[in-house]
Formats: sequence, structure tokens, C-alpha cells
Amino acid sequence: MDPWIAAVVTIIGAATPLLYAALGELVAERSGVLNLGVEGMMLVGAVTGFAVTATTGTAWLGIPAAALAGTLMALLFAVLTLTLLANQVATGLALTIFGIGLSALIGSGFVGRPVPQLPTLPIPILSAIPVLGPILFDHDVLIYLSFVMTALVAWFLARSRAGLVLRAVGENDEAAHGLGHGVVKVRYAAVLFGGLMAGLGGAFLSVSYTPMWIEQMTAGRGWIALALVVFAAWRPWRVLVGAYLFGGVTIFQLQAQGLGLLPVPSQVLSMLPYLATILVLVVSSLGPWRRRLNAPACLGRPFRATR
Amino acid sequence: MRLEKRAQVSQAMLWGSPILAVLLTLVAGALLFVVMGYDPFASLRAFFVSPINSTYGLSELAVKASPLVLIATGLAVGFRAGVWNIGAEGQLTLGAIAGGGVALLFWGMEGPWILPLMCLAAIGGGMAWAAIPAFLRVRLGVSEILVSLMLAYVALLLLSALVYGPWKNPEAFNFPETRVFSDSALLPIILPGTRLHLGVAVTVVVVLLAWFFMTRTLFGYQVRVVGAAPAAARYAGFSRDRMVWISLLASGGLAGLAGLFEVAGPVGGQLLPTISPGYGFTAIIVAFLGRLNPLGILLAGLVVALSYLGGENAQIEVGLPQAVTGVFQGMLLFFLLATDVLVRYRVRFGAPRLAGA
Amino acid sequence: MDTPRLELDGITKRFPGVVANDGVSFKVAPGEIHALLGENGAGKSTLVKMIYGVLQPDAGRIRWEGKGVRVLSPHFARRLGIGMVFQHFSLFEALSVEENVALGLEGDIPRRELGERIREVSRDYGLPLDPKRHVHSLSVGERQRIEIVRCLLQNPRLLIMDEPTSVLTPQEVERLFLTLRQLAGEGCSILYISHKLHELKALCHAATVLRGGRVVGTCDPARETAASMANLMVGTDLAAPARPERRLARKPVLEVEGLSLRSDDPFGTHLADVRLEVRQGEVLGIAGVAGNGQAELLAVLAGERPVDANTIRLDGKPIGRMGTRERRRLGLCYIPEERNGHAAVPDLSLADNALLSAIDRKGLAPRGLLKGGAAKRYAEEVIRDFGVKANGTAALASSLSGGNLQKFVCGREILQAPRVLVAAQPTWGVDAGAAVTIHKALLRLAEEGVAVLVLSQDLDELLALTDRLVVINGGRLSRPLVTAEATTEEIGLLMGGLHDTTGAGGTAGRAADAA
Repeated sequence: MDPWIAAVVTIIGAATPLLYAALGELVAERSGVLNLGVEGMMLVGAVTGFAVTATTGTAWLGIPAAALAGTLMALLFAVLTLTLLANQVATGLALTIFGIGLSALIGSGFVGRPVPQLPTLPIPILSAIPVLGPILFDHDVLIYLSFVMTALVAWFLARSRAGLVLRAVGENDEAAHGLGHGVVKVRYAAVLFGGLMAGLGGAFLSVSYTPMWIEQMTAGRGWIALALVVFAAWRPWRVLVGAYLFGGVTIFQLQAQGLGLLPVPSQVLSMLPYLATILVLVVSSLGPWRRRLNAPACLGRPFRATR
Repeated sequence: MRLEKRAQVSQAMLWGSPILAVLLTLVAGALLFVVMGYDPFASLRAFFVSPINSTYGLSELAVKASPLVLIATGLAVGFRAGVWNIGAEGQLTLGAIAGGGVALLFWGMEGPWILPLMCLAAIGGGMAWAAIPAFLRVRLGVSEILVSLMLAYVALLLLSALVYGPWKNPEAFNFPETRVFSDSALLPIILPGTRLHLGVAVTVVVVLLAWFFMTRTLFGYQVRVVGAAPAAARYAGFSRDRMVWISLLASGGLAGLAGLFEVAGPVGGQLLPTISPGYGFTAIIVAFLGRLNPLGILLAGLVVALSYLGGENAQIEVGLPQAVTGVFQGMLLFFLLATDVLVRYRVRFGAPRLAGA
Repeated sequence: MDTPRLELDGITKRFPGVVANDGVSFKVAPGEIHALLGENGAGKSTLVKMIYGVLQPDAGRIRWEGKGVRVLSPHFARRLGIGMVFQHFSLFEALSVEENVALGLEGDIPRRELGERIREVSRDYGLPLDPKRHVHSLSVGERQRIEIVRCLLQNPRLLIMDEPTSVLTPQEVERLFLTLRQLAGEGCSILYISHKLHELKALCHAATVLRGGRVVGTCDPARETAASMANLMVGTDLAAPARPERRLARKPVLEVEGLSLRSDDPFGTHLADVRLEVRQGEVLGIAGVAGNGQAELLAVLAGERPVDANTIRLDGKPIGRMGTRERRRLGLCYIPEERNGHAAVPDLSLADNALLSAIDRKGLAPRGLLKGGAAKRYAEEVIRDFGVKANGTAALASSLSGGNLQKFVCGREILQAPRVLVAAQPTWGVDAGAAVTIHKALLRLAEEGVAVLVLSQDLDELLALTDRLVVINGGRLSRPLVTAEATTEEIGLLMGGLHDTTGAGGTAGRAADAA
């Protein structure tokens, strides 16, 4: 295969967990909920996906289990913040701390165990197209699904009535309540979707990208996903672009480390994705790039129906 | 079930909810042990009783609690002001690097000036690391949450790069560790036969000072107003930007100092690739459990430190995986957040209470 | 006789601590414009929220066209044919007109068809609207049109309007009345909530008067005098405070000159060449429709947004660069429009809230150390002098009713003995009793020689209170009018943007002209 095409394919792989997590968080944030627990949900999804796949021998059970695990983590968050009105920032941090501990506990028996990697499913005919074929049509099911989910989320938010209601809830919860839209119900759904997607992102890491379980294997991807949502100005297609940009940075630093391209310690190269995240946040806030205007107006604000 | 807003903050629940949270965590922990197939009572005893049934155990508790309390005291100022520094682990690491760097620079020398100089360097290092999110937040409105956290990853990698690279002890057979600091660069032990060091005493002093500042001075009041109602702070003439700077620098400085206390104390007077079991993150839990009040944080620090000791002990005594510690800490914070609702709301069942009718 | 469109029978609603509605009964006939009259806090809003399904009554029956119904949700109400225009618009700034309309409709109408129907309705009822515009770029009047169009698209048979004119210019009010009369002529019933008596006389066929949650009378507004309805509404003779005769033209205390400012708010209004002086012992009013630069002007006057030193002077001293604390030390006190979170911290106690603005003038934190006891005593003084109903100084600000918290905030500023007091909407959303207390205190302050500046959207309030009046429109101020000589029409034209000073009228100030 052409090395450039190969590079693009590996970038897609590196980007996919970010894409899942960021898309889910985007939907939650559009409804007005800031869930900082993405990292925790991803980890629990990753370990659950891995454990179920390793135990049953099939990723077809592992992947749904990971999605379910992510959703349950999100449910915990939703009950605390939406029903019990706990502070969203604090609860999100708690979710991450809890997720790190819980995933380590579940995974303690699975460290070093192998699982079969998720098979690639080339799409007949289409995958034979030069250049586009290997880039778009020669992947495993989770990558295909990430393409579909991006389109689906974009369509849902821009075109569907439910998506309009979701945006309205994030924009002005009091008004949406006054018009008879169930603010808390919509937010529950959005947060749970965020958990489901984070779980899938985690599962992709542990059964496809690097089919194994290591403690804290997400290595901050959940946090990077949060930054991506800001960078993308809460727009699904820009999340896709941002995720692939980060995939590029990740692959570059891995390649540079592997090949010893640059005369710097490997740790310095490993810093790149984190530094890039900060850079991206800075750029997002600068003059013409200033996108904070797009932030949902109710983001992070608790809502309690009163008279 | 409905929530009904109270007319006043319930003082009883303000302090009752952390206690309730600890109890619920114990119950949930016991259930967890049963599910995992361990004897719940033996496990809980191994976790929470046997680590501290000796003087040495208690001193270890203080040693573990010290960094948590020191960091949490700084974080609490920010949390009250609505400034979310969650990268204390990075500031701790930078403090250790800067302070440890001073110790290595004067390696082989002795003198009473070395330790104070290291402390200043550590505080400066932690502050410098925290100044980055402060600057970006004040100037560009960038979220300090994400920046401080990203910098925590960077700091850990920086420490690793130094310990594996230029700062590696040339006489240590290629182990990733620096030289051991000279004696003047080590924290004095204040209780012979234990690891109880001077840093623990400093922590207590810092807590008392912080308590005074937060409850008795205009500064503490400003912090509370800025956090609770930014527009009201503007109305009163309290600068939010100033609060962002002060709270990030204070928490960064204290985290840096805590980092130095670790490497010049319990870690053993050298830099290693890992110098903290996540104190910077766990301190977030301590801050909340202590109600963002310095005296409360002192108590909360002891409780959470016990989960570290307990995790180690339970691993030895009953073979529990050490990851249980993290689960306990997470659960504790969850239960606290859940019971916290009782501070401002009353839970009522059934139909609305009819008053005045 | 026809079956009534809507009939309420013994509707009761209780909240913890208060009975909002107590056995309310009345009928609305088809095509009738029925007024629901009552002062703030009389229970009007709670009542209509039950009709619209936002709240459920604890007791009583609602009959819709003769049949008993339980209006379980706004969805259900809309399906019945009930539409509602809220006082605080339920609009979404970041969404388009079309999307805003869609959110208030039942069922999913294809976007293109919806745009067409919006244009149709707005043409038929004289409510011009562009479906593609985003709400944040619209004026208050236009925003109200969205709400009305949203209702009309459902072909309602009952339209509820909650204080619809409080944000409109007198000319816009006239236009709204035309639309409402047209609707009523077509058979739609209208439930019109207001406490403005002259409007009811001009518009409504019947009126139900609420006081303290109960119906205290029904009348035909055309046959009543404003005074008789006022007595019915308020119960006792709450005599408006008499404005003492005062000489004009005294020494200016607060002067603003050549103030131009770009708004920080992307949806805000820039200020253009503002000139203003408030004199010793006078009450100066600033009238205007919301969103014409009031927020920006207030921020500048209070010091929340510093400007060039010389553009603002207090007793001749340049203070433009000073922050709120420094200005307060010099005697400039400020009552912001928003009580919750701006003038007071909801989650702090009243004692702590007393501290908020009185630190320096009352010496509550010498050398940075708090004097808790003194703050508590000051809070007690405010509570006592202004008749604030509160459960002691430890009560959270959020536990007070709107009127009581407003009295507390006003008292906190007034008892600091200011040189200048800037008050924004000092009686917005408070009950009549509290409004009278506040008005009296402001007038007394002026009598004592303090320069008082009152900014309000309530023209009646300004006419009752002020000696001179300026109008803000598009970030510019009109020349001052002597209140006693000004006519409502003149003020209305100024509010609508017909400027006498610069000739650059209209909404020219909005985002277009830079500083």
C-alpha cells in the first residue's frame, strides 16, 4: 500500500476513539449539560468491552456491553446532576476518578490477556477503488459506525424536530420548559447518549486499536475530546475534522518516536497531543476564531422547574 | 419524591452529609467486597482499622494526609471562587522538579539554607505551572479545567524525561532515578522512629492560616462572592481576574510545596519517574469532602489518606487488588455529592406540603 | 346565551407557604377580550399557567367550551386551541424565527411550509417578520410578534397575553391593540393580563379583578373609572406618594459627557455621544424600550465598565476610570435591575449581602478584616427600616420574595446616605406595597438633596416619580424633558426612535456606529 494511504488509515484509527467521545459529549453539551466524566466513561467502556470480549470470545458481545457500561456511568452522572442538582463540574470529576478506579479493579484480572482483534470488513467493490477504497471502505465495524454516527448526529441536530428541541433546551431551559418541553427528560437522553458514545470510543481502543487492557489506557483522550468540542464550536462535522487532526498529531509523534526522526527524548514527543490540545483551545479563543458565541447558553447550569 | 428548597443552609446537613457519605461508602464497600467474593468484615477491618492501630500507623496516616491536605487547601480557595484547577498533580510534579533540581544543583553541599531554597523553588515551580492556565483564562477565556489537566500530563512526561535523561544518577546502573539529595536537603523527622516529617507541621500551619483568611477577612468574602455570583462580584467591585490569578497561584504554589515535601521526605530524597500516587487528583475529593473549609479539609485528608493506607494493607492482608482504593475514593465523592443536596433542599415524599392554608 | 369558551370554577393553587389562587371562578365568552386585573403578586401568572397547563390546580375545575378538561401540559393546551404569549418571552436567542415558531407548535411541519405560513399570518395580522432572521438580532417588539405569530399559527380560540405592553412603546401598543381587536372580531377569545388601567379601558370588554389570589370583583372597564378599578385592585387607598414641588436647575452632581462605547455584548447596543447630568435634589428619569443601551449605560455609570476618566464626573471630579468600589466611596450608589445574582448573592445570607456594597461606606471591613457583628447589625437596620419580611439576618437572599429582596437591596443602598443614587427598574416585578415603599424612599432621598437617577421601562412610574426625563434609543439619549410638561405621545415618539437632537434616528446606534 502507498505509505501515504497507510498513514491516513492509521490516523483514522487514532482519531476514532476521540470522534466517538467528542460526538457524544457534543450532544450532551448541546442540551446544556457539561459532563467532565468522559475519561471515566471511556475507561469503563474500554475495560468492559475488553473483559466481555475476552470472556465470551466475541467482540459482538463486547462492543454492546461497552456501550451499556458507558451509558450506566452516564446514568450515575445524570441522576446526580439532573435529579439531585449536584454541581456538574464536581460530579464530572468524580465520574472520572471513579471510572479510573473501577476500570482498574475490573481489569485487574485481564492485564496481559489477548483478545482477537476486531476483524476488518472490506466493503466489496467499493474497497477496490484506488485511494478512496482503503481510506473509506476497508475498516472494522466500529470505524464505519463512527462515520455513520457523525452524519447521524449532524442530521439529528440540524434537521430533526427532536434535535431542535434538544438545542432549545440547551439554549434556554426556562423557555423550553414554559413551552412544555421536558427539559430534564431531554437532558437525561442527551447525557446517556454521551455515555454510550464514550463507551464505544473506549471499546474501540481496547478491542480494535490496541487489542489489550492497560490501566488508564485512554491516556487523557476523554479530556482531549472535551477540548475538541470547544474547538469544533459544538458542530458535528468540525468534531470530525478536529478528531482527525488530533489523530494526525498522535500518529506523527508515534512515528517520530519509532523512527527516531527528531533528536528529542521520546517523552517530549509524547507531550505533543497534550500541548496540541492547549494550542487548539488557545486558537479557538482568538479573534476571528472566537467561537465561544456558539456555546449553548445554559451549559453547566442546573435546572429545576419552579412555579 | 420531591426536593423542596430550604430557607437557610442547613448547618446540620452541612457537616452531616460528609459523615453520611463516609458511612454510605463503607456500606457500599462492604457490598462490593461481598460481590468480589471477600469477607466484608475482614476486608473492611484490613482497610480501615488495622492500618492505624499503632503509633506508626497513625504517623503514616499523617504522612499520607499531609500532601492531600496541603493541596486541597489551595484547591478549595479556587473551587469556592469558581476556578477549577484540576491539574494540581502537574503543579506538584513541577514543584518536585524545581525543588529537587535545586537539591541536585547543590548536591554534595551542606547548609541550613538549602532546604528553604528548595521550598521556594518548589513553590515557584508550582506557581509557574499554574500561571499558564491562569494567564490563558484571564486573557483569552480558555477553560482552566482543560489546560491545567493537559499540563499535568505534560509535567509527568517532563519528570520522566529528566529522570530517564539528563538527571539520571550516573552511579545507579541505569535505573531511572536521580542521585540522593545531600542530608541538608532532606526534611527533618519530627517523631523519631517514624516518617513524620517537618512538612506535616507546615501543613497544619498552612491550614490554620487559610482558615483565618477564608473566614475572617475580606479576601475570603470576595472569594465566596466571585464564586457564587460573578455579576454580584462585579457589582461589588471584586475583580474576578484577580481571583483567578490568586487562587491558581496559591493552589499551584501549595501543590508544588507538597511535591517537594514528598521527594525530600517519604520518597526518600530523590526524584523517581513516579513520585505521587495521584495526590493532586485525590485532593479534589478531599477539598469537597472537607466542605472547602480548611479545618474540614484537615479531617477529610485523614479519612482519604486512610483509603491509601487501607488499600496497601488490604492487598497484603486479604489480597484485594489495590485498584479498590480508587473505587472507594470515587464512591466517597459520589455519595458526598448526592447527600449534599440535603444541605440546600429538603426531600419530601408525596403531595406538596400545604402551609398557610 | 352562548357556551363560554373558558370557564373556571373554584380554582385553587397552593405553594409551600402561600396560597397563590383561592377559589377563582370566571367565564370568558367567544370573541371576548377579557381582562385579568391585579397588582404584582395577586396570582394572575399562576392562574394563567394553570390554564395553559404549565401548572396543575390543587382544586377546582376548568371547562373548555362547556366540557370539563384537565389541562395536563402546554402541549395539551395547544391542542385544545389555547395559545399563550408570556411576559418573559419564551424565545431562543441563537435560533431563527422559524425554529422558534416550530418549538411552540404541535407536530412537525416541514420547514419550507412553515416559513410560508409565518409570512402569511404576519401579513394578515400586520405583524411583519422574516422567518430566517435570528432572534438575537430582533427588537423587543419584533420578538413579541414571534410569540404572537407562534400562537396564531395554531388557530387558537383563546389567546392568553401576559402583560404584553410592558416592553412596548405607546405606538407599538396601539398597533398591538389593532391586531387583538381583529382577532377578537374573528371570534378568538383573549385573556388579557395587565395592571395598566387605561389599557383595559381602551381594549377590554370585561374584567376580573384579583387580589391576594381571590376574585374581588368583575366589571365592565368601559363603565368604570381608572380610580374605581384601582381601588378594587389594591383594596386600600394606596395613595401614590405625592411629589413635592421642587425647584429645578440646581447644581449638577453627576455629569456625563461625550460618552461613546462599544458594547461587550455581541447582541448589545453601542452608546453614542451620551450626555447627561443629574442635579442635586432631583429625580431624573431615563425612559426607553429594553435593549436600547440601558444595560451598557448602567454598567458605565456604576463603574462595572470603566471608561475615560473625564467622561463621567462626580461633584466635578473625574471618576470614569474608577471601579464600583471607588465610586461608592465617593458616594455613588447603585441599585441594579436584576436582584438575583447581581444586586444580591442568592446563596448568601442577608448579613453577608449587606456587606456586598456597604463594606466601605459602613466601615465593615477595616484593614481587610471582616466585622461580622457590624454587618449583621446593618442588615437588621435595613430590614427594620424598610419593612423587609425575612426570617432574620441568617436567611438566604434566595428565600425572600421578589418584593422583599428588592426592598432589602434598595434599603441597603439608601441607608448608606449616597450623594448620587442610580436605580434601575427599582420596582420591576414587586407588589404594590413594596413599590410604594421604594418610591417614597427615593423621593425622600431627593428631598434630602441627593441626586437620584431612575431608569425604567414603566412610563407610569417615571411620570409619577421624576422631575426631568430623558429617553434612550439606539444608544443615544434625547434632550431632557421637564416631566410635568411632557406628553405621553412625545415620549412615545422618542422611544420609537424619532430623535430631536442628531437627526440620525432609528436604530442607527445598534451595532452600526462605532465609538
